[in-house]
Amino acid sequence: MKVLVPVTDAATVDDEFEVDGLHVDERYLTHDINEWDEYAVEEAVQLAEAGEDVEVVTATVGPERVEETIRQALAKGADRAVRVWDDAIAEQTLFDARTKATLLEAVAREEDPDLVLTGVQSGDAGFAATGVTLAERLGFQWAAVVNNLDLDAGEGVARVHRELEGGVEELTEVTLPAVLTIQTGINDPRYASLRGIRQAQNKPLDVKGLADLGLDESTLDSPLTWTSTSEPESQSEARIFEGDAETTAGELADVLAEMGVGQ
Amino acid sequence: MTVLAVAEHRRGELRDVSLELVTAGRRLADAYGTDLHVAVVSGNVDRYADDLNRDGIDAIHTVNFGEEFNHDVYVQALEALAADLAPRVLLAPHTVNGLDYAPALASRLDYPLVTDAVDLSVDESLVVTREMYGSKVETTIEVASERALVTVRPAEWPAAEGVGDAPVEAFDAAVDESAVGSTVTGFEEVAGGDVDIAEADVLVSVGRGIGEEENLDIIYDLAEALGATVSASRPVVDNGWLPKNRQVGQSGKVVTPDVYIAIGISGAVQHVAGMKGADTIVAINDDPNAPIFDIADYGIVDDLFEVVPALTERFS
Repeated sequence: MKVLVPVTDAATVDDEFEVDGLHVDERYLTHDINEWDEYAVEEAVQLAEAGEDVEVVTATVGPERVEETIRQALAKGADRAVRVWDDAIAEQTLFDARTKATLLEAVAREEDPDLVLTGVQSGDAGFAATGVTLAERLGFQWAAVVNNLDLDAGEGVARVHRELEGGVEELTEVTLPAVLTIQTGINDPRYASLRGIRQAQNKPLDVKGLADLGLDESTLDSPLTWTSTSEPESQSEARIFEGDAETTAGELADVLAEMGVGQ
Repeated sequence: MTVLAVAEHRRGELRDVSLELVTAGRRLADAYGTDLHVAVVSGNVDRYADDLNRDGIDAIHTVNFGEEFNHDVYVQALEALAADLAPRVLLAPHTVNGLDYAPALASRLDYPLVTDAVDLSVDESLVVTREMYGSKVETTIEVASERALVTVRPAEWPAAEGVGDAPVEAFDAAVDESAVGSTVTGFEEVAGGDVDIAEADVLVSVGRGIGEEENLDIIYDLAEALGATVSASRPVVDNGWLPKNRQVGQSGKVVTPDVYIAIGISGAVQHVAGMKGADTIVAINDDPNAPIFDIADYGIVDDLFEVVPALTERFS
């Protein structure tokens, strides 16, 4: 059985930052494995540990920077990795779900997985649509926002819980092959061991461009254009207490006491 | 040419976002000078159509197939309806179920997809405003296409009001059951547990900023001094530091206490959805740009590890 795990890194911005054109200036960004994907990797590695002959392959669209994230996934137990990038891809400004799914679809067609696990969304752009788009393009079944997975490989069924709003979970059976988008909290992601980190250095990480995947540059054409980026005006009408912690805590305590809190 | 908005329902209830989609759809239809149609798929469609029938809708299409949401049914039904109506823009909710069908529907119809819209405008092309980096940055995306599917963030548009008289038309979508590859077998409520945070008058709520499980002690101490109940945002619950019944937000509980004290909580939209109804909101966070301050009544921009013990001290 093969599990394909599309992983990406996601950027968080510093408390203070500047926007330069369409992008937040790189100086204010910190890149790390996308939180949702971290849970997807863990879920895949746990399947590999529980089953016999399960191969876990990660797939990533991204520049060389993202290899740090990929090595993390390999260190935690993924077997090998594919990174998709070339000069033409690098010229894209907007990586929307369709663009990413186009590239991941090509990888998935080569890998022919039984199961695809990926995060519900990325923490930075947050389109939350790549996994289900990929499923539809591959002709796979799918389930979005999965927070519990019971895989019956023999029967070819994934029994999942989908985390709906308001503390309700939907119980669904999905036939394989399938794409499941993984919600945070589904498991307890491990830290990579030192041994894992060492082993990861020797695991295969292939870099493929459009031509290697049999794709034409025109497949990246999109009707979507990212036209502006701005820092929204603060809508805050909050009364902000100024001063050191003793002072601010004291003023807040007075306000709370006036409302009858803690009395 | 129309704008087509897709309603959402669950376990016999039309969800609030459906009426918000009517508002967003009406405004967009006005910008194009066209009609607003609404689709409702599965369940008691006639009752839902009645509940939906507000001012500004020109027609409601019902697909009477199945009871609960099933993405295969939705994709098939809406693909057929879109083929019939050729909508300029198809609007779906950016909800857990919306995320389960909208991307597949867009792919099948070959419509460009933009998700999680917080604003929509028409300036020759459709312009979608969305957020990045947990609401810290706002971006616009222009859609140069005759068609588009957009998912709309809940609680960004007001619910449509008034009583409408749109005709309700049953649409025969000819759903192919053999192409339905997933089966909903039931629902489960997340366990109630010992405490109902929705009942509390004062909540001391803790988020990612607490850093480590051991640090929760200062939160418990404050809650005890204030006679408050402890709740949390998602990361604290994901880490297993507090049980799921303490989670405030879209996937947890909606709370409306007299006072909500958010400590180390940035104020992601999913969290805010669960607590913005509190009478008084207090935020303690060291990031002055944290979105939580946008909805707070009182704020302290400082290290929570300094402020929280000092606050506890005042009540001890």
